[in-house]
Amino acid sequence: MHIPDLLPRLLGGDRRALARAISLAEQGGPASRALLASAYPHTGQAHVVGITGPPGAGKSTLVNALALEWRRRGRTVGIVAVDPTSPFSGGAVLGDRIRMQPLGGDSGVFIRSMASRGRLGGLSRATADAVALIDAAGFHVVIIETVGAGQGEVDIARAAQTTIVVEVPGMGDDVQSIKAGVLEIADLFVVNKADREGADKTVRQLRSMQRLGAPPADGWEPPVLPAVATSGQGIAEIVESAGQHVAHLRAGGGADARARATAEGELRAAVQELAIEQLHGPAWDALVAQIAARQNNPYSAAEELWRNLPL
Amino acid sequence: MDRTIRVLVAKPGLDGHDRGAKVIARALRDAGMEVIYTGLQQTPQMIVEAALQEDVDVIGLSILSGAHMTLLPKISRLLHDQQMDDVLVVAGGIISDDDATTLKGEYGIAAVFGPGSNTNDIVGFIRANAGIARDS
Repeated sequence: MHIPDLLPRLLGGDRRALARAISLAEQGGPASRALLASAYPHTGQAHVVGITGPPGAGKSTLVNALALEWRRRGRTVGIVAVDPTSPFSGGAVLGDRIRMQPLGGDSGVFIRSMASRGRLGGLSRATADAVALIDAAGFHVVIIETVGAGQGEVDIARAAQTTIVVEVPGMGDDVQSIKAGVLEIADLFVVNKADREGADKTVRQLRSMQRLGAPPADGWEPPVLPAVATSGQGIAEIVESAGQHVAHLRAGGGADARARATAEGELRAAVQELAIEQLHGPAWDALVAQIAARQNNPYSAAEELWRNLPL
Repeated sequence: MDRTIRVLVAKPGLDGHDRGAKVIARALRDAGMEVIYTGLQQTPQMIVEAALQEDVDVIGLSILSGAHMTLLPKISRLLHDQQMDDVLVVAGGIISDDDATTLKGEYGIAAVFGPGSNTNDIVGFIRANAGIARDS
């Protein structure tokens, strides 16, 4: 499949071209940038929904249930599921499809698994690029699923219009929820596994934590919604609420600010990738060796590389 | 930059035994590959569609049910229909030597690894053969 053919085929709904285009975007480099640049005018149509939460919270099952509900409402759904890469081997086992088997065989659904690390420019760039390509291919809703564990995941949340934070009963006391910054990024809280003991308490705690802070500047008070993803309980309410959130954004409740923050993130990631690509080479390797041997430091080395940047 | 090898590990048909598939998934991960594991009881259609969406270089099929002469040729045919002949397909499980010869000779299965296969051999075979036919 030739790279110049990818975009017209992708825009025409060719699933294999979309899959190839995402692989190209994951690799990065000039061909990837050319493709993404020409796809960019076709993006910005989809409702991008980020889903994050601790391991075992039921994110994949929830994504499956939400996708089924959106499909019932006639919406097509793209899913980017991110799992961690082993820091030791660079490999990964990506298992999110196991929970998404009910979506198999539906041509209105496209699922792509991504590993989190080791990519030039980092996780947030590769993920955002995959989302952009699925958006350009015409999917109505694009869901990004990540384990909520660090800054990378918070960055991903910034690429979404609606961010859903998934909590479960019995995951530590109420102070946990103000520690990790999840209160700030959530547009919707879902307390999954709500048929378990302590679910009411978790819902109450999240609500009372919200009241501790100042009222949200954009006028959107994130709802706390109980759900049981395995049975479908509470799923329609989440889809409704996500729809209300994006409508609120578009009615002037901060859509411009979000678009600006997303654009800033996209530009930052593109500049980083380009800079690292340009600076990589024999001089880079030599400086790495010097720093490792404590004969140089990363800060002076960075400035030296930057001064010699071929512009 | 070298592309990371992506492998779909799938269990076709009615077969609930996935220890072998998990051992392979782990070994390939430890060899630096990205392994997409689909879970149990996959139809040939589901496997080929997942391979297409994930844009994998390799499909590893684990089958212990005895239905390999039905399911594996069907997967090969569907891959051919989707013009995905560049995907390397390997199989593992309880497959007789005669069946293995037929699968390799007539149905495009690149290799068959039976019980007792060394995971290093499997990793080595995939490294040597994955992505060779890939055009971009």
